[in-house]
Amino acid sequence: MDFNKNYFEIFGLPVDYAVDLELLGDRFLDLQKQVHPDRFAAGTDHEKRLAMQWATLVNTANETLRSSLPRAIYVLGLRGVELEDNPTLPPALLMDQIELREQLESIEDGEGGLKELDAFRQRMQKTIKQVQAEFKEALDEDTEKAARLVYELQFISKLMDSANRLEEKLLDY
Amino acid sequence: MALLQITEPGQALDPHQRKRAAGIDLGTTNSLIASVRAGVAETLADEQGKHMLPSVVRYTSGGIVVGDEALTEAVNDPLNTIVSVKRLMGRGINDVATLGDQLPYRFSATESGMPRIETISGFVTPVEASAEILRYLADRAGATLAGDLDGVVIAVPAYFDDAQRQATKDAAQLAGVNVLRLLNEPTAAAIAYGLDSGSEGVIAIYDLGGGTFDISLLRLRKGVFEVLATGGDSALGGDDFDRTIAAWIVEQSGYMKPLASEQLLGLMIASRSIKESLTDSARVDIDFDRNGVQFKGVLDRATFDDLVAPLIDASIKACLRAVRDARVEISEIHNVVLVGGSTRVPQVIDKVAEYFGKAPLNNVDPDKVVAIGAAVQANVLVGNKPDDEMLLLDVLPLSLGLETAGGLAEKVISRNTAIPTERTQEFTTYKDGQTAMLIHVLQGERELVTDCRSLARFELTGIPPMVAGAAKIEVMFNVDADGLLSVSARETSTGTQASVEVKPSYGLTDEEITSMLQASFEHATKDANQRSLMEARVESGRVIEALGNALAEDGAALLMESDIQTLQQAIEELGRVSAGEDHLAISEGTELLGRASEEFASLRMDAAVRKVLAGRNIAEVDKDI
Repeated sequence: MDFNKNYFEIFGLPVDYAVDLELLGDRFLDLQKQVHPDRFAAGTDHEKRLAMQWATLVNTANETLRSSLPRAIYVLGLRGVELEDNPTLPPALLMDQIELREQLESIEDGEGGLKELDAFRQRMQKTIKQVQAEFKEALDEDTEKAARLVYELQFISKLMDSANRLEEKLLDY
Repeated sequence: MALLQITEPGQALDPHQRKRAAGIDLGTTNSLIASVRAGVAETLADEQGKHMLPSVVRYTSGGIVVGDEALTEAVNDPLNTIVSVKRLMGRGINDVATLGDQLPYRFSATESGMPRIETISGFVTPVEASAEILRYLADRAGATLAGDLDGVVIAVPAYFDDAQRQATKDAAQLAGVNVLRLLNEPTAAAIAYGLDSGSEGVIAIYDLGGGTFDISLLRLRKGVFEVLATGGDSALGGDDFDRTIAAWIVEQSGYMKPLASEQLLGLMIASRSIKESLTDSARVDIDFDRNGVQFKGVLDRATFDDLVAPLIDASIKACLRAVRDARVEISEIHNVVLVGGSTRVPQVIDKVAEYFGKAPLNNVDPDKVVAIGAAVQANVLVGNKPDDEMLLLDVLPLSLGLETAGGLAEKVISRNTAIPTERTQEFTTYKDGQTAMLIHVLQGERELVTDCRSLARFELTGIPPMVAGAAKIEVMFNVDADGLLSVSARETSTGTQASVEVKPSYGLTDEEITSMLQASFEHATKDANQRSLMEARVESGRVIEALGNALAEDGAALLMESDIQTLQQAIEELGRVSAGEDHLAISEGTELLGRASEEFASLRMDAAVRKVLAGRNIAEVDKDI
């Protein structure tokens, strides 16, 4: 067993930020059908252990490649770029994020409620798409810029978490 | 005399005998066991022909009584008769206090904080009481299927947390039952209807039992079930329907005084049978005269419908919330499955159909559907259907995390992550010279530690003193295919390693399980040695068979002739040892054969993985960026 394969290689996919999700999903399921512990419920202890290790690896690889943010971080990592916990960021980016936070807070206090929240989330989805496209381009040319874009995506992802929590609050549960 | 071998159509004939597998619905009120026989999954009855076993265990000075006999005495002997033990599984002594005064038991706590009940035959933990029910059911299956069970699948509620799942598995271990898998109850119901092989889409499982209501939304995608959302009301069920009828009778009778408990009991029993009659009849004649309450009259379906409408509406409201939680549209829901005896009430069927916009599936007995689904899955897992493609990839029902500074819970693995899985989180020290760190493992969705469930607390000691922030502490979470968690931690920066494996709070330690097992052997009729011998033989037989199959399938392709011969000799050797009486030698031989075949097992796994990736072309398609 080769645990040193990267996540793309596990699924036989090209190492690339752009991923064919259909194909990933198909291969994920085909692999699980071979390696899942349920397939070895009557097997030896060693088989069970192996199956558990494989299934865990396949699950982790799938989760990483399936969503764009973890995939972006992973692709950067393959190019030797490790993200920092507390990166120094351009002030403009931070200002933008503070501004967006304030927008979210005003939705919470305002009258527009769910409708405004939906509009906010749609705007954010658009921004995410833009940043992702920039990231894809920067990846081959300027990994430093690519890393900065990932930090931005992390901010937006946390913002979306807050937006989702606000929705639950507005829906009163 | 020659025995006839009966096989299912399309099923490979021997050399491998069919295994005995069963599915168990370990319910709050009633429990059932089912098995696939002659290709059909059906629940197994006792000698009286009864399928449902009341989940009641009574401890007497003369022994333990399970089921109907225990239930009959519940009123007379409440302190020694444990009912609804499922509510106590995986709970701490403090949780039990919040369950309210509905429990008459004398509680105290074990050292690990697990509640135990003082009975006439000593202290009993919920795990032990559950084990009695499991043992009773397993014995029933053993008698019906003419032999000990090779393995079972036990259904658990989708919202069961780690501690509750672990407690269920501990109970099975105590009962001497081999658990192939814990299965979510709604998933089991979906399997019973064969929905795992049906069209993709969202499935709603509406489960109205005696005392609880659960709604679950599952998504089936490429043969994988994912729990999207669960919801419900832990205090809404068929008993409330009975109570409503009872109140109506009292009102009609003009009886004004407060009711004594035996009056209430009589009324509840009568009301239940009235409710059941109204499933098929439009009206029921009532002639009630007991304990001073007198009523002669008619209850028709329309009046009954009006009486229980608020209860059913409450369940629909919970459905609404779950649907919103799952972020799906009603139109995406392809199938609605009814579970639980209370879904026989016609108005329930009507209102569910109205809300979901389609007729619900209810042709499988709603009391048995969970056990039947579990049996189907057990039959596959035990290896009786080698060609079956069905695979259930479960997800983690509730997020797992750690306590961080300020009483906040930090998620390490979020809910709905496919399992098995593992995640490593790195922490550091916050004080100079800090040599220990408290690791508090939590489960739940909320941000505050106090709102989450505390699963385990342990301290990592032996961190070499360093400046704050220099130590690197890795905390690793491992979740297996049953959703059970183990956590370990180690300090990595200096190569000094300390790691701890934890069991959930309120769980049983391995020593406790061992001592309970020993105690139960002393009570058992078979002597412990005999049992060990049997278990060792079952295990060695399993390994011999598994390896024999593997060699037949892949030996020639993957191994050199000399390796095949070595393994075959080892198999024969273990076969000889197993014929003997020395269970230690058998276990040792099994272990040795297992180890000798490790290389082969790894080669097979690699070959299987290669097969998936071989000969595929990547088409030009839209990609996700």
